[in-house]
Amino acid sequence: MQTHTSTAPAPQALTDPMLPRLYRIRRRRRDIPQVFTFEMEPVDGGPAMTFQPGQFNMLYVFGVGEVPISISGDPDRPQVLVHTIREVGTVTRALCALKRGDVLGVRGPFGTGWPLDEAHGYDVVIVAGGIGLAPLRPAIYRLLARREHYGRVSLLYGARTPRDLLYMRELQEWRGRFDIEVEVTVDHADEHWRGNVGVVTTLIPWAQFDPRETIALVCGPEIMMRFTVRELMRRGVPEDRIYLSMERNMKCGIGLCGHCQFGPFFVCQDGPVFRYDQIAHLFWKREI
Amino acid sequence: MTALLEILKKHPFFEELDPNIIEMMANCATEATFQPGTFLFHEGEEADRFFLIRRGRVALELNVPGMGPRTIQTIHEGDVLGWSWLFPPYRWHFDARALDVVRTVVFNGKCLRGKFEEHPRLGYEIMKRFAQIIVRRLQATRMQLLDIYGTPKPVQKR
Repeated sequence: MQTHTSTAPAPQALTDPMLPRLYRIRRRRRDIPQVFTFEMEPVDGGPAMTFQPGQFNMLYVFGVGEVPISISGDPDRPQVLVHTIREVGTVTRALCALKRGDVLGVRGPFGTGWPLDEAHGYDVVIVAGGIGLAPLRPAIYRLLARREHYGRVSLLYGARTPRDLLYMRELQEWRGRFDIEVEVTVDHADEHWRGNVGVVTTLIPWAQFDPRETIALVCGPEIMMRFTVRELMRRGVPEDRIYLSMERNMKCGIGLCGHCQFGPFFVCQDGPVFRYDQIAHLFWKREI
Repeated sequence: MTALLEILKKHPFFEELDPNIIEMMANCATEATFQPGTFLFHEGEEADRFFLIRRGRVALELNVPGMGPRTIQTIHEGDVLGWSWLFPPYRWHFDARALDVVRTVVFNGKCLRGKFEEHPRLGYEIMKRFAQIIVRRLQATRMQLLDIYGTPKPVQKR
């Protein structure tokens, strides 16, 4: 039940998708309060994990549990596996407490990726909210690495406050380029902030893209994605060119256990990246 | 006047509006530029105008005693700024400060209100457009109030 196809190279075949591979933390960095980025490499020194931007891994803290976390590194530098994690529960708290040299289990990559091949020839607008920038970062790396394949590229990013802006150094670097429009906004700010204030959807009406020839990639809290979809459609972006990364309670990662069921879909297998028109009938239902 | 008319015709606020109506509006309009840091208006002053933002950004601020000015929202190029001129008591509720060099078209509120009384169709068209802006800002404010990027709390079972 794949929701869209991609001609990107397939991720490496899993021998046993339920068997974690051991990874050692090479670098740990605190990005913003309660959010950490880990760079990891396989303990066995074997081949790197190739992945499509938008896919996720199950990260296993031994003796504590497993959580699905999107891959946030560069798909063209797969030798380093990068994950950005926010402390929200028992497992993520244990994950964030891990130090350089510690070992954890990794299963994956799982799920569908962003439609970067389908986007060839189109303008691309990326709308990210909060930590939703992490699953989109691999897509941004790929778009910039193959910039000639795309029309205008816009990144619209919203966070709670200036302190909560993820990947600040890279945002500044991207903003300094001439081939990507980067607009950042925060919900609340003090007098020292000279940037935009307001929710991320307020950036959509003025972003530089041709709505009829645009593919939109959206990731953030579900309520933010709902408002974003409305605003993109009001601007004229067709339903079948809006892609969302959905979050549900993924457990097995291979569509067996049913924990992440979303109507007829399993988010771990048919998602997390869905084309909006394929889930539109479910997206607004409170009970799902 | 011709140059001003051309500016108005190209502005999103006037999209698909009858050219006669645009011309009536233009009779109440003038251009104005604000340097960074200067104020377009202050809270409590008489609200006798509204602005079409042609270039630059404007911060809508509320001065909170003990905390200083807080930006509530940033108004962008292409936006419309100010609707307090439409409703009594015609007073601004916020300060509006230019963040960049801000080029605007300024409409005289009293002049427009007079025209609306004379030409209800003009009033209706403009009110419809303002209603859309107000609804969108209200929706954005509701989303802002939700604090959606905060750490989610577990749902309490009743």
